[in-house]
Amino acid sequence: MKAQPIGGRLVSPVTLVLTVLILLAAFFGAQRFLFGFNSVANINDGFPWGIWIAWDVVIGTGLACGGFALALLVYIANQNQYHPLMRPALLASVFGYTLGGISVIFDLGRYWNFWHILFPTYQQYGSVMVEVALCVTAYIIVLWIEFSPVLAEKFGWPGVKKFTGKWMFLFIALGVLLPTMHQSSLGSLLIVYGQQIHPLWQTMLLPLLFLLSAVAMGYAVVVFEACVSTAGFKRKIDHELPLIASLSKIMAWLLVAFIVIRLGDIVARGAFAAMFTSGVKSFMFWVEMTLYALPVAMLLSPSVKRDAKIYFLAACSMLLAAVLYRIDAYLVGYETGPGWNYFPAVPEIMITIGIVAFEILGYIVFVRFFPVLPGHGPDKAH
Amino acid sequence: MFRDSIDALEAKLGLERRTFLKFCAAMAATMGLPKGAEAQIANAIATPAKRPSVIWLHFQECTGCTESLLRAEHPTLEKLILEIISLDYHESLFAAAGHQAEAARYAAMEANKGKYVLVVEGAIPVKDGGIYCKIGGKTALDILKECAADAAAIIAIGSCASWGGMPSTPPNPTGASPVNAIIKDKPVVTIPGCPPNPYNFLSTVVHYLTFGSLPKIDAEGRPLFAYSRLIHENCERRAHFDAGRFAMEFGDEGHRKGFCLYKLGCKGPETYANCPSILFGDVGSGSWPVGTGHPCFGCTEKGVGFYKPIHQLADVKNVVPPASYPRVVEEQGVGATLGSAALVAAVAGLAAGAGYKVAGNLGKDSSGPDKDSAE
Repeated sequence: MKAQPIGGRLVSPVTLVLTVLILLAAFFGAQRFLFGFNSVANINDGFPWGIWIAWDVVIGTGLACGGFALALLVYIANQNQYHPLMRPALLASVFGYTLGGISVIFDLGRYWNFWHILFPTYQQYGSVMVEVALCVTAYIIVLWIEFSPVLAEKFGWPGVKKFTGKWMFLFIALGVLLPTMHQSSLGSLLIVYGQQIHPLWQTMLLPLLFLLSAVAMGYAVVVFEACVSTAGFKRKIDHELPLIASLSKIMAWLLVAFIVIRLGDIVARGAFAAMFTSGVKSFMFWVEMTLYALPVAMLLSPSVKRDAKIYFLAACSMLLAAVLYRIDAYLVGYETGPGWNYFPAVPEIMITIGIVAFEILGYIVFVRFFPVLPGHGPDKAH
Repeated sequence: MFRDSIDALEAKLGLERRTFLKFCAAMAATMGLPKGAEAQIANAIATPAKRPSVIWLHFQECTGCTESLLRAEHPTLEKLILEIISLDYHESLFAAAGHQAEAARYAAMEANKGKYVLVVEGAIPVKDGGIYCKIGGKTALDILKECAADAAAIIAIGSCASWGGMPSTPPNPTGASPVNAIIKDKPVVTIPGCPPNPYNFLSTVVHYLTFGSLPKIDAEGRPLFAYSRLIHENCERRAHFDAGRFAMEFGDEGHRKGFCLYKLGCKGPETYANCPSILFGDVGSGSWPVGTGHPCFGCTEKGVGFYKPIHQLADVKNVVPPASYPRVVEEQGVGATLGSAALVAAVAGLAAGAGYKVAGNLGKDSSGPDKDSAE
């Protein structure tokens, strides 16, 4: 199942719509950089982090954990049968992380100083933010190196191919280490907030919970992508179905662990009552927990007949759960004092939508032109 | 022996020992000298090896510097000055006049060659060969050069000698120039001010007397102990500036309440001097221009005093006021609006729809192995 470009036309209704969304985001983005936050966003002194951080960075890099999660499986657990899924997963990771990194700049008031955090003289090594920034930056570079064989195959760069062939093990090791560090630190960022995060979400176990859910998200996103690209590019899923099935199983057990730790922690911290008495927050908590529990039921219950649809829905539910978990922890569960309020403004949302659109468009362009998806079709014999 | 010499001083000046030691401590504190320096100062004054000879020149000036020195309220200040130095030439204080006075200057210069302290009061006209100020048939320019040649130290007292002062106000018809524009081969300590605070001058002299060297100076030649801080920094009205409370015109409510004079043109924010710290005339708090309700006009600062109109706003040098003050009621963010909620709902709906469609197609696909899945 050697990877190959799937070819085909670039201009389609989908890519056109994506392009329009990207242009809209570019328009609002220009407004933001020229006239400041107030012109486009609702973030304020009480809520300095809005969806540009909660979605574009925290969720965006979480959704981009496919490469990380698969690398754990393929290279660490040595389960080589998953290798065909590696390239599409890596592609999504490359885009997710690169755009996540870039979108931080939208959220920086004095964005022209963004390079300060990468410069040793400006760094403060007690800061979680520095750790996240350096780690994410390093990982973006590592991801591009990990992905470079795809480009080398397409453009025929023998030097790159030789270098990566020889040293790839090193970058793969880094590619497993770095996300472990910063995905957990995305949780540590909230620990620093202390009392300002509602007890349903504030815990010293935040790093573990964020890491667990990031890995689970990684598997879910691989399943999700496999299904969507199968449906979208009109390919058959038969070859990937066994892989999807076993990945889903791993994900389900990770979720079991997550749910046990999450609930156990809440009870142990004495926040049990908060699950029922916190109004909207309790409601959001239960929606989140339901979305976490659903895939477990779908994937582990003996009475469910599992097919591609079930795997897809389970992955969707898992992704929604993790997305909601992050939004809840960063925005819903964040209480900075009476009177403060935040809901993203329309232009603010449009920028985020544009970034997502850019990711999807990039994915489409890449799989059409580069050897990313595992090749299969009537003309190939396996 | 030290005690004896102080007792002798007490008898000679009619000055109590305690008062004298307090004065020495005040001098040391004014200059920011370390502990123990007051004893060194007391020792240097009470037991002078030889009182340093001082030649005091007057050029284009009003004698205000001398006046402020002599009329200091502190009863013994002028006595002390006259005791610790040997004032060998000073036109305002001389009993002698004419050629007799000039002869005294030459005698002092000759006797203390290379050791005397030269104090210059007033600017020096340099236009047309310096003909606009002459003493005994000699131009100020020549007299200055003559006296500076063998001086051990040169002190320019007052704004005129320090940077040109009032006589140099544009169009400066006489080409009035400061001492350090003419004497380039020797360091010139400047004590600007109109008039300068007598303590700043006295401290400089005492420093020279005690340690044999002049105090540290800034780029303009001003002793750092007196001129390293903006008036604005130590001003008693500073809190009003920071809070945005200003007198808007003389005699208005803000002025009567002692608000900040910045908007009346106070040059405190761009003028370096220690006026608010050491005040004038030894009569206690408030005894300095801003304290009495008049804006500082920047007399110690070249390009400010006698140059900028009194009512012109100062350039705030080191503490720029904030562009805006915090609002009383800070905006606390906007909740969901119809548009944003609708957009989020639309995205969620679209995602759900797309998911449903993909799921449907997948179902079809896995049942029919070779059929294309999506429409």
